[in-house]
Amino acid sequence: MALEVMAQADVPIPLDVAFRVEPGELLALVGHSGSGKTTLLRMIAGLWRPQVARVAVNGTAWLDTAARVDLPTHRRRVGIVFQNYALFPHMTAVQNVIAAMDTPDLGEAERVLDLVNLHGLADRKPAQLSGGQQQRVAVARALARRPEALLLDEPFSAVDRATREKLYGEIIDLRASLAMPVVLVTHDMNEAQLLADRMVVIERGRVVRTGTTAEVMADPDALRAMGIREVAAMLPAVVVEHGADGLTRLDAPTGPLFLPGVEGAPGTRVRVRIMAHDVILSRLRPEGLSAQNIIAGKVARVVPGAGPGVMVHIDVAGHEMLARITRRAAEQMVLAPGETVHAILKSMSVARDHVAHTPDMGRASE
Amino acid sequence: MDWTALWLSMRLAAWTVAILLPISVLMGRFLAYRQFRAKGMVEALVMLPLVLPPTVFGFYLLVAFGRNSPVGDLWQGLFGHQLVFSFEGLVVASVIFNLPFAVQPAQRGFEAIPVEVREAASCCGMSPLASLWKVELPLAWPGLMTAMVLTFAHTLGEFGIVLMVGGSIPGETKTIAISIYDKVQGFDDRSAGIMSAVLVAISLFTIALTYWLSARMGRRLS
Repeated sequence: MALEVMAQADVPIPLDVAFRVEPGELLALVGHSGSGKTTLLRMIAGLWRPQVARVAVNGTAWLDTAARVDLPTHRRRVGIVFQNYALFPHMTAVQNVIAAMDTPDLGEAERVLDLVNLHGLADRKPAQLSGGQQQRVAVARALARRPEALLLDEPFSAVDRATREKLYGEIIDLRASLAMPVVLVTHDMNEAQLLADRMVVIERGRVVRTGTTAEVMADPDALRAMGIREVAAMLPAVVVEHGADGLTRLDAPTGPLFLPGVEGAPGTRVRVRIMAHDVILSRLRPEGLSAQNIIAGKVARVVPGAGPGVMVHIDVAGHEMLARITRRAAEQMVLAPGETVHAILKSMSVARDHVAHTPDMGRASE
Repeated sequence: MDWTALWLSMRLAAWTVAILLPISVLMGRFLAYRQFRAKGMVEALVMLPLVLPPTVFGFYLLVAFGRNSPVGDLWQGLFGHQLVFSFEGLVVASVIFNLPFAVQPAQRGFEAIPVEVREAASCCGMSPLASLWKVELPLAWPGLMTAMVLTFAHTLGEFGIVLMVGGSIPGETKTIAISIYDKVQGFDDRSAGIMSAVLVAISLFTIALTYWLSARMGRRLS
């Protein structure tokens, strides 16, 4: 049930894009506002039609300008979460969900609302719900359509940061039960890296880079469009204990990590996003530093960029860390593949919303 | 008290509302959602009866529906009597004359629905008809309600055009507004007073009912 998308257009924006999303895969379309990513999402849903395009799900064309196929939106089995949710204001949460069903089924609607953690709020109108709760209703409504493709258009941009962190976790959990291709449109690289399996970077209507999240996030050229400061590595870790001083101790393959106030009981598996420009390198293990995290590893490669910077890929127990340092520093340190380096990370440089828990298949059976 | 005239006016208003409701839904929705070159032109045409003197408008309708006009001939052939100076003619004139009072509020009602909400309806698998019934009509209802009440009240009070197109035939085209005028001409101030008071009461009741309904609707929506 893969989703195949191809589009070429001159108006309203120049567009030349093709990508494919596998069943169960979450693909992030990233780019600045005006890059054409939302337009692509609207095209998949049938809300916009370019000059030349093809959208097919599971081999069946929804839109094929060459073959003159163009299913109207209501005949495409598509679930969409709009940026501002676009809930039906005159209906309660559960009525909103039922509105997307082929045949009204109250039991099923309540099950879907439970799935997005909205039990007990089924009879509230959208105006009586918080932003985060409205977003959950929108997700439930999209799922109630039994979509063959799920489309998320900047679904976290309208809520505050604390709510967003919580919603990331919920989407990550939910994904384990989703079998359809999912497309997430976002301009937030953190969001994309935490949630997506693969990424398509779009700049002015063109694909700059397609690849797995790790590949794209380690590629300064791909990220030039989004800002090189977004380059980051992702480390898996497990919550060990919450210190009385507010620091959480995590165990990572790279050794212990101390980060401020990570949510989750001991044993929770998380992923930590470490920005390449936050990492300092040292040949010798430094002493007397304020930084709480000193991680030893081996230089895998040193990739020069166009400017004064280089990207150092460090292998730490089979995981990759990234450090963006100046070319001058790399020369002074005589960094070469195979050499031992210590990566230094301030605890305070890891933002709370750069930590997300990992989907845990075991939890559902508890 | 001229009960025949009052009853005639009520029937005329009810028919006008009944015919204009679907027209205002279709036209209001079309004008609210579509952008096209001649849109300003169409909107101006719909608004024309609002600015034209009723006598001028009535004169043109008289010419258009009269004995020697194609429409008048057709009507005569189909129903065996004239369109002008008949109740049916009055209904047709009233429908056209009330277009701005019905279409304009309906259009505003549909315009108030966010585009994404309509898009969400089709993404939920609703056909255009299902979307109209389940999402758009409930949301545009305050506008449609205003349209219908304005049309009803305005029809009750219309004078000039009714006189021009209908004449003043008791039981056929003599509405309450014309009857009041007749009574005043005949120095029957008492009857004119009673009928005016009844008209005031009916208008007040209708407006109050709308406000009450739209307040209830407002609560339901929020």
